[in-house]
Amino acid sequence: MSTATTAPKAASTLRGARLPKWAPWAIAAGSVAAGIGISVAAGLHSNIQWALIAAILYILGTYVIAARVENRRQATDRVVTSLVWVAFLLAVVPLASLVWSTVQRGTKVLDVYFLTHSMGVVADSETGGGIYHAILGTLQQVGLATLIAAPVGVLTAIYLVEYGRGNLARAVTFFVDVMTGIPSIVAGLFILSLMLMFDMEPFGFAGSLALAILMMPVVVRSTEEMLKLVPNELREASLALGVPKWRTILKVVLPTSLGGITTGIMLSIARIAGETAPVLLLVFGSKFINANPFEGAQASLPLYIYQQYGSGEVTAYDRAWAASLTLIAFVMILNLVARGIARWKAPKTGR
Amino acid sequence: MDTTQIADAPPPTPPTPTAEQKRAARGATRPGDRIFLGLSRGSGILLLVIMAAIAGFLTYRASLAISKDEGNFLTTFEWNTGVNPPVFGIAVLAYGTIISSIIAMIIAVPIAVAIALFLTHYAPRRLSGPIAYVIDLLAAVPSIVYGLWGALVLVPYMNGLFGWLNDYLGWTGIFSWQNGAPRSMLTVGILLAIMILPIITNVSREVFRQVPQMHEEAALALGATRWEVIRMAVLPFGRSGVISASMLGLGRALGETMAVATVLSPDFLIHTSLLDPGGGTFAQNIASKFSEATEFGRDALIASGLVLFVITLLVNGAARAIIARRKEYSGANA
Repeated sequence: MSTATTAPKAASTLRGARLPKWAPWAIAAGSVAAGIGISVAAGLHSNIQWALIAAILYILGTYVIAARVENRRQATDRVVTSLVWVAFLLAVVPLASLVWSTVQRGTKVLDVYFLTHSMGVVADSETGGGIYHAILGTLQQVGLATLIAAPVGVLTAIYLVEYGRGNLARAVTFFVDVMTGIPSIVAGLFILSLMLMFDMEPFGFAGSLALAILMMPVVVRSTEEMLKLVPNELREASLALGVPKWRTILKVVLPTSLGGITTGIMLSIARIAGETAPVLLLVFGSKFINANPFEGAQASLPLYIYQQYGSGEVTAYDRAWAASLTLIAFVMILNLVARGIARWKAPKTGR
Repeated sequence: MDTTQIADAPPPTPPTPTAEQKRAARGATRPGDRIFLGLSRGSGILLLVIMAAIAGFLTYRASLAISKDEGNFLTTFEWNTGVNPPVFGIAVLAYGTIISSIIAMIIAVPIAVAIALFLTHYAPRRLSGPIAYVIDLLAAVPSIVYGLWGALVLVPYMNGLFGWLNDYLGWTGIFSWQNGAPRSMLTVGILLAIMILPIITNVSREVFRQVPQMHEEAALALGATRWEVIRMAVLPFGRSGVISASMLGLGRALGETMAVATVLSPDFLIHTSLLDPGGGTFAQNIASKFSEATEFGRDALIASGLVLFVITLLVNGAARAIIARRKEYSGANA
């Protein structure tokens, strides 16, 4: 909070001595130099070591210097500030590395040919081949899952917000919350146990069912949030005109929150598009194009990545990275569009 | 209704919820309303039915497998479902699942809380918005991509760290290393930590944002430094939120499949050293063993999945119960 810094500079007699603004940078530079110096002198090779030495020197240096010039409390404050910054930088490194390596290695084989051909007669050790069959499978499975999960999810949310009172609503709320935490592989095992019952072979729609189970609670929660944002005055105005409640919901409440609901559904699509485990159990994967999700094994993008990785060939690794890049791009575009819609169509509250 | 009555009515006052409820009750007698209520209530009930069906079917298939198990399902260090009589047990899987999740939590929670504090209290305002946005996006990166990155980028890099840990901390036994590929529980834990970092950060950030401004300003007015404000006003307010955020992250870590399956080189032993490759987790074992499993083998895997289901149910239920006390921040859409 910036309130502390608004005190005028002239009033410095009221404040204790402060370190100059450049002091943290100077200490940082000094400790990095010392860290490298010590590492070189002691013949240590690892990057971790000089960084660790530098970090420890920096924190000690900050504390000691601040404690002498300012006071103990300020010194603790400065140490915590630097720890928070270190934590932030520490987290950025792997995440940046993930994005960087996916983009760098993924663009190696990613081209139009890759996107429009299947793995039909391509062995894992050969170059060539593509992900057309996998994209097709993912789109069909995710599309069918959305067709099931979106209506059920939105209707449940309507029940919870517009009708829900009493024990049933409370139970639904609790189990929706719990359901968001179901591991994807458990949803897959559930459908698998049904398939074992009826002696069925893997097929695309089975994967859709598992994905729908994972998607429903997310849709319910986001739709619920959006419906709660619709001002009560709108409902009351409609009801006061004698409009039945169901028409009020359909014609007033839903249109008002449509943008937010769409956003929620798109975000949940983005979330299930990358699910691998249920697809592995239920759809099984295939090298060939199978456009029928109701019969026979299908491919899917995340499963393709797993299987290409599992083959252990360098050429397959390249394909896995390219497929990862495609998948990330798909998920990110969905996310960005969804957030764009959310900003554009945000319901006007409290007017 | 009579129009004159409306004209004479006093200026509109916000109607009490009971009036709205009465109106809703009257509306429900219309056929359209009855159908719509039936549909939406039906969807709610469908969700409950699905949850019950998951528990029921998994239990049924699991009981088929466990009744034929010649070993002890809870304590056997083996997974032989193809032989007759079958011998399998979840001891190694339970150990691996818990150990990898604990490592992930030890690494992720402090860093995630620190990042949440960074975003709400330390970062320049111009920076914190975009960074929060990027963290939101990172939460959406599919787990298989983390898995691929973990196996092909993180694992080779871990050689250095493992050698270093072995040199300086090898004497503890927990960090000794015999030069296997670093596809061990520690690597899995670090990868899981990276994966659950965004969700813990997001939920904690929401909580810290809701700390009443008055509390912070009061602390500042008493001359507190920024750290003292955080320690005395922000953290006490956000404690339950941080706990539940961590448990949501724990739920994710426990059930994570693909990242573990790609990084770990599994076996059915309990290794005291976190650096020795081996061990396994529930989800990883299901994914790795599935394709070669017979129908009975699949039932056995379902049995192990049931245990995972119960564990995550307990963890998430606890997290939700803590969150429910402060309804405003639920991490469900994070």
